[in-house]
Amino acid sequence: MLVISTALRSSATKSAARGLAVSRNYADFASEATFETKKCDCFLLETLPPTTAVLTREQGLSYYKTMQTIRRMELKADQLYKQKIIRGFCHLYDGQEACCVGIEAALKHEDHLITSYRDHAFTFTRGVPVKHVLAELTGRRSGCAKGKGGSMHMYTRNFYGGNGIVGAQIPLGAGVAWACKYNGTGGVCVAMHGDGAANQGQIFETYNMAALWKLPCIFICENNRYGMGTSVERAAASTDYYKRGEFIPGLRLDGMDVLCVREATKFAAEYCRAGKGPILLELQTYRFHGHSMSDPGVSYRTREEIQEVKRTSDPISLLKEKMVNSNLASVEELKDIDVAVRKEIEEAAQFATTDAEPPMEDIANHIYYKEPPFEVRGCHPWIKYKSVC
Amino acid sequence: MAALRSLLSVGKNTVPVLLRREFHGTTPATLKVTVRDALNSALDEELERDEKVLLLGEEVAQFDGVYKVSRGLWKKYGDKRVVDTPISEIGFAGMAVGAAMAGLRPICEFMSFNFSMQAADHIINSGAKTYYMSGGMLPIPIVFRGINGASDGVAAQHSQCYAAWYGHCPGLKVVSPWSSEDARGLLKAAVRDENPVIVLENEMLYGVGFELSEEAQSKDFVVPFGKAKIEKQGSHITLVSHSLMVGKCLEAAAVLAKEGIECEVINLRSIRPLDIATIEQSVIKTNHLVTVEGGWPMFGVGAEISAQIMEGPVFNHLDSPVYRVTGADLPVPYAKNLEECSLPQMKDITFVVKKSLCNKL
Repeated sequence: MLVISTALRSSATKSAARGLAVSRNYADFASEATFETKKCDCFLLETLPPTTAVLTREQGLSYYKTMQTIRRMELKADQLYKQKIIRGFCHLYDGQEACCVGIEAALKHEDHLITSYRDHAFTFTRGVPVKHVLAELTGRRSGCAKGKGGSMHMYTRNFYGGNGIVGAQIPLGAGVAWACKYNGTGGVCVAMHGDGAANQGQIFETYNMAALWKLPCIFICENNRYGMGTSVERAAASTDYYKRGEFIPGLRLDGMDVLCVREATKFAAEYCRAGKGPILLELQTYRFHGHSMSDPGVSYRTREEIQEVKRTSDPISLLKEKMVNSNLASVEELKDIDVAVRKEIEEAAQFATTDAEPPMEDIANHIYYKEPPFEVRGCHPWIKYKSVC
Repeated sequence: MAALRSLLSVGKNTVPVLLRREFHGTTPATLKVTVRDALNSALDEELERDEKVLLLGEEVAQFDGVYKVSRGLWKKYGDKRVVDTPISEIGFAGMAVGAAMAGLRPICEFMSFNFSMQAADHIINSGAKTYYMSGGMLPIPIVFRGINGASDGVAAQHSQCYAAWYGHCPGLKVVSPWSSEDARGLLKAAVRDENPVIVLENEMLYGVGFELSEEAQSKDFVVPFGKAKIEKQGSHITLVSHSLMVGKCLEAAAVLAKEGIECEVINLRSIRPLDIATIEQSVIKTNHLVTVEGGWPMFGVGAEISAQIMEGPVFNHLDSPVYRVTGADLPVPYAKNLEECSLPQMKDITFVVKKSLCNKL
């Protein structure tokens, strides 16, 4: 379960590229390359993240595969939703892959993360295999929450969901950071929110306390320009989300560039670990889908805009271009990864659509923790469920 | 228990020590302790027992608590364990739940539960439901405590009872202490519970002294949830109540006893889980049931008890309908004469008891 996140995190350190056990000879590829990243806009900061980033071949292949897996997983979820195999809410992340992958690449084993309902990708990067994400979406017993949570409520070690109430994850995330400081673990908590949530009052209450108590919390705003159907200009008196912390330093950066995201997150994590308190990052990104599956996403933005972003700023294409142009990988090699990923997603979807639904006996479990067995009333007095765990 | 002893010998507010055996150097078996001091000793002992426990809220630290419930704790445990928060209920309640998710055991105080409405999303959506939604992965060991219900002339926005609102929600546990024994035992049990627990205290009870048995004074004393206590036995009619109203029921019972009516007074202690079994046993004996609460009538604690009794096995034992004595169905007024009529008084209880005993089915 921890394979993906461990791979992303460990490859963030500058380790020599290991030879891949494949039939082709990759000896004539570069082992690493240095790229320039766009300078971040900064607020209340004297130093900035570096404007160059080193990408090793190993890292590049790992980021590429992870982003592609997320892309295909989300597109598969789209398909399953249209087939009515996934029900209720389904908020997709395609277009924003560089954010979650770049963030994960900068984190350490003892770090924590919490996000909103647009959480499938983070659930994966935090360590839950695709088949268990999809099985949760299809409401099956092998879902990562045993089918009881659904799209918006996925959790794993050091990952606190998946939160359905806009903005709620911010105080929760600061609370996790509080526990890190309290326990002296050296860990930080990354608390994600969107441009829509940025106007929630509880976020400002949290900024105040996090700054006051110097909590090791990295607040990250994924600004994808639209809060549901409301563009940032129509929702916010100030769209400089990285300045919203007022007394909390902030950075605004290109959320479509996985290296830029990684370097900024590393910078932010070092800042927090040094005991300086919280920091706020704004990642400028874009979602290709509408807000959720019930939103076609074209009534409040033009198809031309979507196409333009896909053409010029698709994070996966941008990474591919970087890698191919600097001889870190070949087009064919990346195509092979695409094929492998598609196969993996197909298999995961197959699993998620054939696995059994949760057993009825589970309906009343998990109400209380460490509680002796008790009865739970059903829909009328003659239906009694047993809660045993 | 050392904490309680030293508190009593040094305390600047008067805590009447009924038994003076300590002059002779022996420990008295029981001790009269106010609810405030009972809560204070419970907090002290739990903070001492487990370093993951912390207390947060407005004025809990340097001010010693607005109602002095946390007196002395900040001096003893410091900034890390006893934390003054800004006036940010939804913010600090959310942070407390997050801290609980990551392994701490916060006691989150609301200066009154009226202010908890701002934080209700975190109490219920983040607190109560997460263990279930995560399929058993993420328990939330948190306590929310504070004063609840009517006080004296604090008017509508500061007088609401939240027993029914929070009692409504699966995933929460809700307790409502009356005596010092209740306060100590329920709060200690709440801190040790692995789930979100709401402790509904009452300001009017803080200064009231109750006898604490030796057992109730011990460091590991807990009162189990879901178990009501029969405060007074009787055979003519059952009165069920919680918190401040338990005292009113006992007053009414004393008056009615003079008229030959013996009331059985049940102190619920626990709103959720609700001990319907104890009520049922009592109804089998008395055949009459009156519920008494400070909260509003509609969809309240008494409404729930009535429904369960009616649906359950002792319906045929009732010789009268279940009657509810509740707060009046209006925002609590300020003027004393109006306020008195908006909350159950002893005369309301005695009136309804007699109605129940006359109105045979």
